[in-house]
Amino acid sequence: MKRAFPILGVLTAILLTYALYQALVVAPTEQTMGDVQRIFYYHVPSAWTAFFLFFINFVASIQYLARANPKTDRIASYIAVGIGVVVFAAAFFIPLPEGMRASAVGTTGLLAAGLYFLVRSLFSQTDTDVLALVTAEVGVAFCLIVLVTGPIWARPVWGIWWAPGDIRLTSTLVLWLIYVSYLVLRRFSASGQTPVLAAALAVLGALCVPFVYLSIWFFRTQHPQPVMGGSGSIDPRMMHALLINWMAFMCFAFLVCWSRYRLEKMQREVDEVQALESLKDVSRSAR
Amino acid sequence: MSAPSGITRATLLKDLRLEWRSKDAINSMLFFSLLVVVVFSFSFDPVAEESRHIAGGLIWVAFLFASVVALNQTWARELRNQVLDAYRVSPAPANSLFLAKAIGNFIFVSVLEVLMTPLFIAFYRLRALGPAWQLLVVAVLGTWALVVNGTFFAAMSIRTRSREIMLPLLLFPISIPAILAMVQATTAILTDENSARFWIVLLVTYDLVFTTSCLLLFETVLNAE
Amino acid sequence: MGNGYLFAAYAATWIIHIGYLLTIVSRYSRLKREIEELKK
Repeated sequence: MKRAFPILGVLTAILLTYALYQALVVAPTEQTMGDVQRIFYYHVPSAWTAFFLFFINFVASIQYLARANPKTDRIASYIAVGIGVVVFAAAFFIPLPEGMRASAVGTTGLLAAGLYFLVRSLFSQTDTDVLALVTAEVGVAFCLIVLVTGPIWARPVWGIWWAPGDIRLTSTLVLWLIYVSYLVLRRFSASGQTPVLAAALAVLGALCVPFVYLSIWFFRTQHPQPVMGGSGSIDPRMMHALLINWMAFMCFAFLVCWSRYRLEKMQREVDEVQALESLKDVSRSAR
Repeated sequence: MSAPSGITRATLLKDLRLEWRSKDAINSMLFFSLLVVVVFSFSFDPVAEESRHIAGGLIWVAFLFASVVALNQTWARELRNQVLDAYRVSPAPANSLFLAKAIGNFIFVSVLEVLMTPLFIAFYRLRALGPAWQLLVVAVLGTWALVVNGTFFAAMSIRTRSREIMLPLLLFPISIPAILAMVQATTAILTDENSARFWIVLLVTYDLVFTTSCLLLFETVLNAE
Repeated sequence: MGNGYLFAAYAATWIIHIGYLLTIVSRYSRLKREIEELKK
């Protein structure tokens, strides 16, 4: 297991380099925006990776709370299966906004449910707390990248750094704020309480996401804003470069999470040993 | 069924009675609200036409700060007298306590809003061009949204370091959709340029979702040790 | 034309990533030191 890490590291580095090559050289230059548009190949995959990580955080937080006792654990599992099935079925019957294909939405629903059970099988209940912490931290880093590259892209293209009604950037900002507050809570809370409080906050934060999206969407209809990030159909070579960059960054995120996870587990073991040592000292001096 | 609501009512009445007798919190919050309105009136001095567009935002920011002041002392008494430990041990559902606290906070913040609003109207020469009764609906829904989450996060912050800053830090990001809705709805009603209906429906849904979630999660949070 | 911005965006991305990785590495070495202390 340990030796896999350097090998994967090298492979990921190669993949990232190839992805960079795709983004800067292979992908065609955009007509209206020019080379600046290539920021897109870093901006969008970072966003997708951040959302994926935050979703894992949500799953891990739910599991930390639900797996505390067998009854709630079973209920949560049934709900996960239920949601997967319902989303899959609904995708074919409910009219979707344009650009979304039913098969894509349906598969996403099934994959989400699948991820729930993957996490459940790979991590013990206590380890889901570590997973939640790790994915939140790495997610915040990727989210920060989205928030930094977005304005850098917007400025030359639209002349402004930020538009409050830009639904993607603004909702990403709110998501980032929610998870930063999550990390602050983890740092400042009393250590015995941290996992439960953090999990509760993560659940509330995740519930908030649809409202964030809806409210900004409606705000935008009332206050028309420039559409950043481009819209409409995309050149297949651009899509190709985009997906390769996404894959590369997902692999990179995986390795970063893995390192952080190992670090955290080690830290907790050391903390436990230190706590035991100080208890022994106390009992020794009490004698 | 009667026991939980009995506890809620009893706790609520006790809190109100204690507050009425000491007038601790209410006096400081009253003065704070006055200060906020006065400071804002010096910071923003718009003509009547413009003021209608920004008043919504100003008023809700002022209410938000006032709520934080009220929310920060929600659990102070309970903490001092180890009431929470008693609740952890007793068979009484923790929800009842939460509901009582939330309703109590709602009443306090509403009193503040009722006192601050005439001052705002006077300072900014406000007059609603749209359906004014909707402003009441928005005020009730918006205040509840802030208060229900605020009471919950106040409970979470009890044993954290920097308790007073923790509460707004947790409350503000999650409240953003609700705040946007409150401000936009108020502006829509004052200027009569748009319908506030979407925002009101959003607030109702937000309130339902978060009240349910807070009630479901409170017991877990209370026992987190 | 906008190539300065392009470079800035890519640079910012990697600065943030490397920054985070550096915090992991420094915490790891501090932890290793603590483990040495404990072993004594």
